[in-house]
Amino acid sequence: MDGAQAQTELPAPFDAWFAERGWRPRAHQLAMLDEATAGRDAMLIAPTGGGKTLAGFLPSLIELATRPRPNTPPGIHTLYISPLKALAVDIERNLMAPIAEMGLSIKAESRTGDTGMARRQRQRVKPPDILLTTPEQLALFCAWEGARLYFEDLACVIVDEVHSIWPSKRGDLLALDLARLQQFAPKMRRVGLSATVDDPAVIQRWMARTAGAEVDLVLGAAGAPPVVDMLLSEGQVPWAGHTAHHAMAEVYEVIKRARIALVFVNTRFQAEFAFQELWRLNEDSLPIALHHGSLAAEQRRKVEAAMARGTLRAVVCTSTLDLGVDWGDVDLVIQLASPKGASRMVQRIGRANHRLDEPSHALFVPANRFEMLECQAAREAIAENALDSEPERTGALDVLAQHIMGLACSEPFDLVSLYDELRTAGPYRDLSWEDYEQVVDFVSTGGYALKTYDRFRRIVRGLDGLWRVRNEETALRHRMNVGAIVSPAMLSVRISSGRRSSPGRKIGEVEEGYLEVLEVGDTFVFAGQVWRLMGVTGTDVLVTSAAGEDAKMPSWGGSKFALSTFLARRVRQLMSDGDHWRVLPDDVREWLEIQRDRSAIPAQDEMLLETFPRGQRHFMVAYPFEGRLAHTTLAMLLTRRLERLGVGPLGFVCNDYALVVWSIKPMDGLDFADLFAEDMLGDDLEAWFAESSMMKAAFKACALISGLIERRFRQDQKSGRQISFSTDLVYDVLRRHQPDHLLLKAARADAAKGMVDVARLGQLLTRIKGRIRHSPLEHLSPFSVPMILEIGKQRSPGSAGEMILAEAAETLIAEATA
Amino acid sequence: MSPAAFARSPCGGIAVRIGEAEALLRATGALWLAAARTLVVADLHFEKGSAYAARGQMLPPYDTGETLRRLAAEVEALQPAAIVFLGDSFHDGEGEARMATGYAEALVALSRGRSLVWVVGNHDADGPSDLPGEVVDDVRLEGLTLRHEPRVGPQAGEAAGHLHPCARVTGPGRTVRRPCFVTDGQRIVLPAFGAYAGGLNVRDRAFATLFAAPPLAIALGPRHAQPIGWRRLVGD
Repeated sequence: MDGAQAQTELPAPFDAWFAERGWRPRAHQLAMLDEATAGRDAMLIAPTGGGKTLAGFLPSLIELATRPRPNTPPGIHTLYISPLKALAVDIERNLMAPIAEMGLSIKAESRTGDTGMARRQRQRVKPPDILLTTPEQLALFCAWEGARLYFEDLACVIVDEVHSIWPSKRGDLLALDLARLQQFAPKMRRVGLSATVDDPAVIQRWMARTAGAEVDLVLGAAGAPPVVDMLLSEGQVPWAGHTAHHAMAEVYEVIKRARIALVFVNTRFQAEFAFQELWRLNEDSLPIALHHGSLAAEQRRKVEAAMARGTLRAVVCTSTLDLGVDWGDVDLVIQLASPKGASRMVQRIGRANHRLDEPSHALFVPANRFEMLECQAAREAIAENALDSEPERTGALDVLAQHIMGLACSEPFDLVSLYDELRTAGPYRDLSWEDYEQVVDFVSTGGYALKTYDRFRRIVRGLDGLWRVRNEETALRHRMNVGAIVSPAMLSVRISSGRRSSPGRKIGEVEEGYLEVLEVGDTFVFAGQVWRLMGVTGTDVLVTSAAGEDAKMPSWGGSKFALSTFLARRVRQLMSDGDHWRVLPDDVREWLEIQRDRSAIPAQDEMLLETFPRGQRHFMVAYPFEGRLAHTTLAMLLTRRLERLGVGPLGFVCNDYALVVWSIKPMDGLDFADLFAEDMLGDDLEAWFAESSMMKAAFKACALISGLIERRFRQDQKSGRQISFSTDLVYDVLRRHQPDHLLLKAARADAAKGMVDVARLGQLLTRIKGRIRHSPLEHLSPFSVPMILEIGKQRSPGSAGEMILAEAAETLIAEATA
Repeated sequence: MSPAAFARSPCGGIAVRIGEAEALLRATGALWLAAARTLVVADLHFEKGSAYAARGQMLPPYDTGETLRRLAAEVEALQPAAIVFLGDSFHDGEGEARMATGYAEALVALSRGRSLVWVVGNHDADGPSDLPGEVVDDVRLEGLTLRHEPRVGPQAGEAAGHLHPCARVTGPGRTVRRPCFVTDGQRIVLPAFGAYAGGLNVRDRAFATLFAAPPLAIALGPRHAQPIGWRRLVGD
C-alpha cells in the first residue's frame, strides 16, 4: 500500500495518533504536506475512501498545532468550501474527532445558511481557526464591510468536490471570491479535492491564482476498479419505456441480498414510481426510503439521518444524493434506467463501499433496449476509466455583476485594479475591458441605452475616483440576494382540510410546474402515496388521499440530464460494430439483427434516417444519438423547414437517441442533405429562440443572479410566481427596446448551452454532412418502435365537450409553444 | 354554456354585450365603445420602472414608452373621440413628475382632436396635474359606469380595472398564462394595459364575489383575443 518514507516529518502527537490506530499516513497525505510546506497550490485527485479529506486538512492541523502562540487573537487560518451544507457540517464533526483525540487546541466550526444568529455573530467577532462553509456564505463574507481585515491571516483555502463545483455559475462565483481572498491574503494556498476526472488540467487552470500559475497535481492510489453488472431480465427487456417496471421484482430481490442499497433514478417521477413498486413487492417490510428534491427538507433530513444510523436497507433517490456525507455501509448502487454519462455513474458508484481495497458494486437496470446499449457502453467506459470531459468555462456575466456589487458593498474599489483582480479568476481570464465596463454600468444603473436612471445609481464614483455602494440600505438589500443558485418557486403540498381558513398538514414541497400536466381531480404519486389533486390556492397544492387507486403516471421520461456526448459516441460505436454485439443479451442482439435486415445499422459517423407510412400519417425517424436537448432543438427547426416545404408536419417526439416527425404528406422524396444543412442554425434558430419559453426561463435566472430582480425581500414577501410573471414582462419590453442588452446576451448564452445544446447540434450537423443514410421503408423498423410508442403515450388535449372553448385554449397553447 | 354572448370580430377582438352597451374587447386589452367612439384602457402604471429604479431595482426604463406605443397603435387603428383611462394610470403620485418630457409630449399629441378622461385609482388618487384632460372619480357612458375599482357584489353595467385579471389554461404538457377580460355579460373587469403591470388569476378569491354566474375570460393574444370558459381556467 502507500509508502510512508517521510514519517519523521509528522510532529509527535500526529505520529502517535496514526500509530495508536495502527495506521500510517498515506503517500498522497504526505505529498499534500510537502506541497503545503513548499507553499504551493495543489489539487488532490483520489477516490472516495482514500483519506482525501484528512489529506486536505492535515497540513493545516499541523501548522496550527505547532505555531507559536500569537500576540494578537489570530483570524481564520483555513477556509473549507463544500458544495453541500450537510457536507460542511459533517466534515466539522469528522474533524473534531482527531483534534480532540490529539488534544489540540484548534477550533473548527461550520457556517451555513442554517447556522443560528448567535453563532454567526460570534464567528464574526471571534473567528475560528478553521471555518467550514459553502460558496454562497463565502460570497456573503466578501460583501461584508471589513472582509479584508477578517481574512488577512488566511493561510489556506480547501475546495472540496471541486470537480462538481467548477463547471457552473456557482463555480464562477467561487473563482471570483478566491481571487478576492488572494488579494486579502497574498500567501494563501489553494487546495482542491476532487474525484477522478477525465482532464485534471482544466480544473488546475480553473484553480490557478493567475493565468499560467501552477497548481500541482497529487494523485491518490486508485481504488479497486468497480464491479458493474447489468440486469438482463431473462430476455424481457421492453422495447420502450423509462420506468424499468419489468425488472422491479428482480431489483427487490437484489436489495434483499444487499446490506444497504442506493437506488438511483433520473427523475422525481421515476423515484416515486420505483418507490411505490418496491413497497408493493416488499413482503419482508424492508425499511426502504425515498429521497428527492421535491420532498420537504425535514423529510429528507430524516432519511439522511436514518441512513447515517444504518437503519435503512435501501433509498430510492435522484441526483440529490450524487454528492454527500459518506455512508460507510452502502454496499450496492443500483441505477434504474439510463445512466446518461460515465462520470456521473462513477460518482454514483463511488457512493458504495468507502473501503479503498474492495471494489464498489453497481447494478445497471436498463429500462428499454436502447438503454441496454447505453448501459453496456457505460460499463465498458467505466472499466477503461474513460470519462466524460467538460470544456473550458467562460465566466457568466450575471455572476460577475453580482460579485462586483458585493465588492462595492464591502469596500470602495478602483476600476482598473479591480479589472486586473477579476482577470486572475480562472473563468474570467479573457474578460474584455468592454464587457467589464458594461457590467459595471449595469451594476450602477442597469446598463440601459436610455440614460434616465443616473440619479438612482446603486454604486457611485466618489471624488477620490473610487466606486462605492450608494448607501447602507442598498448594501443590505444586496446581501440578502447573494448566491448563484436559482431555485424554482416552491409550492407546499398540503392535505386538504376542506376549510379555507386552515390549509391542512404539509406533506412536502413541489417545484412550480411539477404538477403542471395534472388537472384537478387527477391522481398522482407523491412522497410514496397516491393523492388526488383538489386545487391550488396561492402557494398551496391541496390534495386528498387516494390510497388504493391507480395513480396517473405522467408520460414524459425526460430527465434534466441529456446523454453525454462521450457516452453517445460509445453507443454509436458499439451499435455499428456487429462483432461487438455478442456481449449483449440475446433479445437485444436479435433486435439489432432484425434492424440490420429490415432497415439498416448506421456506421459510426452516419446518421440513420427512416421514412415510412403508418395509418393516415407519414413518419420520418432520425437517429443522431446526440441527447434529448439537441434533438428537441433539431426537431423544432426541422418542423419549420418541413412546413415551408409544404409537407404539413403534425408533431414530433424526441428522446436521447432519436427523433420522430410525422406529417400529412410523404417525406421520402425530400432532399435530406438540404433538410439537415447547417444553415438551419441561422435565422430559423434565432426566430424560434427569441419566442421560446426557454429564453424567458434563462432570462429570469440571469435577472435574479445579476440583481436586476430581487428574490428575497425584507417585508413585502412577493411569491416566486409574481416574480416569474414580471421577469417575462421585463424580457418582452427589453427585447423590443434594447435587444443587445447585457442580460439578454447572458440569457442567450445560457439557453444555448444548458437548454438547447446549440453547440452540440452544430457538431451533429457537421458530423452527418454527406453521411445521412436514408432507409425508405414500407413499415416501421425495430428501432422506430420505441419512438412510435412514445407518441402513443402523449396525452390528448382536454375533453371535447365545449368545442369552442377547448379550441380557444388550444390556440393559446399553440401560440405559446410555437 | 357561458352567460355572456359573444362574437368574434374581424379585427381579432371579441364583441360582447355588457348590460345595455355593445363593447368590443380588443386583443390588445383595450375596450372599444363604438357608439360613443370611446377607447377605454385600464391600469397603465406609467413610470413603474422608474419607481423601482428609485428604490434600487433597475428595471428597464422602457415601460412608459412601450405602453404609449401600444396606446398610440390603438388610437391610430380606431381614431377615438375620447380616451378613458380607468385608473392607476401612473404607478405612484410622483410618476407624472418623473415622466420624461418626450412621453408627456406624446400624450399631449394623442389628446389633439379628442378628449382625455382620467379616472383616478388607488395608485394615482389625485390624477395627473399637468397633462391635458379631465380628472374624475367615475364616468357614465352608454349605460355603463366606468370606475377604477369594481364594487363588491354583482353589479349591472359596470366596467372596471384594478384587479389585473389573468387567465391560466392547462394543455398537454404545459400551461399558458395571459392577461384577460372577465365578464358575465352584466359587468366587466379589464386587463391591465401597462407594459409592467402583473396579473391576478381570475380564479383568485378577489373575483369570487363579483359575478352571480361563472363568467367568461377573454384572453389577450398577439393577434386574436380568445374566449375561455370558466371550467377551462385553472388557478395558479
